[in-house]
Amino acid sequence: MFARVAASAAVIVTLSAFDGAAAQTASQPPDTMAARVEACTPCHGNKGEGTSDVYFPRLAGKPAGYLYNQLLAFRSGRRKYPPMNYLLEFLPDPYLEAMAEYFASEHPPLPQPAPSEVSKDVLAQGEQLATSGDAARNIPACVSCHGPGLTGMQPGIPGLLGLRAAYVSAQLGAWRYGTRTAKSPDCMQLVAGHLTEADVTAVAAWLATRPAPANPAPVPKGTYALPFGCGSQPN
Amino acid sequence: MGSKLSITLLALAALTTAAQAQDKSSDIIARGEYLARAGDCTACHTAPEGRLFAGGRAMPTPFGTIYTSNITPDPDAGIGKWSADDLYRTMHSGRFPDGGLIYPAMPFASYTKVTRADSDAIFAYLRSIAPVNQKNRPHELRFPYDNRQLILGWRTLFFSEGEFKPDPTKSAEWNRGAYLVEGLGHCGMCHSPINALGGTSQSDAFKGGLIPMQNWYAPSLTSNREAGLGDWSIKDITDLLQTGVSARGVVYGPMAEVVHNSLQYLNDEDTRAMAVYLKGIAEGSSPPPANSALPTTESSLLISLGKTVYDKNCASCHGTQGEGKPPHWPPLANNQSIEMQSAVNPIRMVLNGGYPPGTRGNPRPYGMPPFAGLLSDNEVAAVVSYIRTAWGNRGTPVSAREANELRSAPLN
Repeated sequence: MFARVAASAAVIVTLSAFDGAAAQTASQPPDTMAARVEACTPCHGNKGEGTSDVYFPRLAGKPAGYLYNQLLAFRSGRRKYPPMNYLLEFLPDPYLEAMAEYFASEHPPLPQPAPSEVSKDVLAQGEQLATSGDAARNIPACVSCHGPGLTGMQPGIPGLLGLRAAYVSAQLGAWRYGTRTAKSPDCMQLVAGHLTEADVTAVAAWLATRPAPANPAPVPKGTYALPFGCGSQPN
Repeated sequence: MGSKLSITLLALAALTTAAQAQDKSSDIIARGEYLARAGDCTACHTAPEGRLFAGGRAMPTPFGTIYTSNITPDPDAGIGKWSADDLYRTMHSGRFPDGGLIYPAMPFASYTKVTRADSDAIFAYLRSIAPVNQKNRPHELRFPYDNRQLILGWRTLFFSEGEFKPDPTKSAEWNRGAYLVEGLGHCGMCHSPINALGGTSQSDAFKGGLIPMQNWYAPSLTSNREAGLGDWSIKDITDLLQTGVSARGVVYGPMAEVVHNSLQYLNDEDTRAMAVYLKGIAEGSSPPPANSALPTTESSLLISLGKTVYDKNCASCHGTQGEGKPPHWPPLANNQSIEMQSAVNPIRMVLNGGYPPGTRGNPRPYGMPPFAGLLSDNEVAAVVSYIRTAWGNRGTPVSAREANELRSAPLN
């Protein structure tokens, strides 16, 4: 009898302790970065994989240093896109770093490349520029900085896979016209300044046709030497 | 021997006095820094990616663009040649040391209330920061506003010079709060209706208004139907001011900037004093909400669509009954910011989303997603109409046109 009472009492105590814990959890949002970056997901996808809008880039798996630099640039207004400038304006550095690390550590699969809308000749021109550059016009190959597999390099050079042609083309255009800038020496501005509109279309189209490599992770810092100085990737 | 000893003692005494003087002056500088934060000087006098207090920030106004000035101690580009008298006169009377008139974008109508001692501490602090040789950029104001003499008219209408006078019938805490809110805090710059002349009239102080150029509505601090804090607990008010989030709601838009740059740095006593004062100025009675301009049938269609939109997109955070998970996911039921007569803020929050500021008390805030790209004008109007009228909320429905107009509101 006594044992049964004690057992029931123990059950009651356990149940109420459980209720208390459950109520506490239920009354607060999950204490996770995923819950904290929900503001990013309508445009960039739940895990930073991107959405159907071709102008919003994939974030997942890009080097954390690159993502952090972009967050700082959007916060200060150096990189202009009012909805991003507005969201980040009053967030402190360590939090932006945590956001960058969160998306860098997410690895949703890369999308299947969509069939290209440009001609074979244009794709071939894009491939030529991206893989070999054009020394006569001072254009380095994309792969010379973004890596032979185009997966980028830690900590500051982004991969170029999983991005739609419209996004890459818009960004190269922004570099050409000086509306997107980065820390000096601003290597992408130098490169984009040598590109024609036709070059931009060709490179953006070819990049968007690239299939996912076996290992999509950015290569470690210092894996290869850059052809010139870059403010976003200090040696 | 005797004389040597006394010389040593004298030298020691001199050293001690010097050290004490230094302590005292570093105390004053620290106090000045604290007060400069209470006055949110940095919000305007530091440009994005710019050096501290070197000015150059563009301030769009209905009359053209004003560029803020360099207040570092650089003798040529800044205020290095100013005396403490000069700063006090500028803060107090809105005139440069040479007598020139200052545009009222500088909140001297509030700063006039600041005491001489506080002005001197701010001066000591400004003297202590790094001088920056960055020339002031001329304003770009349209005719006729480029004529500074017009400021005389504005001053006649809207400026009454004079330090803060404590109200002897109120507590010391209330008076301290009043001093901070009306003076350095310059809350009335936004939380008062701004008329066509860019001024705030005394009788309308803290009655709320649409902030020019920003298209955010700064709610009334006196009406409990808006941001009046009459039925808030002191803790909820101090939480909101210090951390940006509270059990009753979170700050967003321009108020996020104020908490981020200024209020989070105020100590517990000053924050509490502001809360006591703000709670005290809330008026019990206020006019009932205006009737909706929408026909009843349209309203009920909107509200029924709104519930569908809400359950699909909003309820996962804000709860099926609008209860939220405060403080991070704010409640929408009984939330003045949702119900108040102007629907500008709830519409903008749905369109633009937003993060409360990252503060010492809440360094990793939760954010609201922007729905501008996901919802049509009609769906935005529907969901805002729903949250303004559901769960006992006493707001009015809004039209798709109002939602559409705010899509182009400036974001920064």
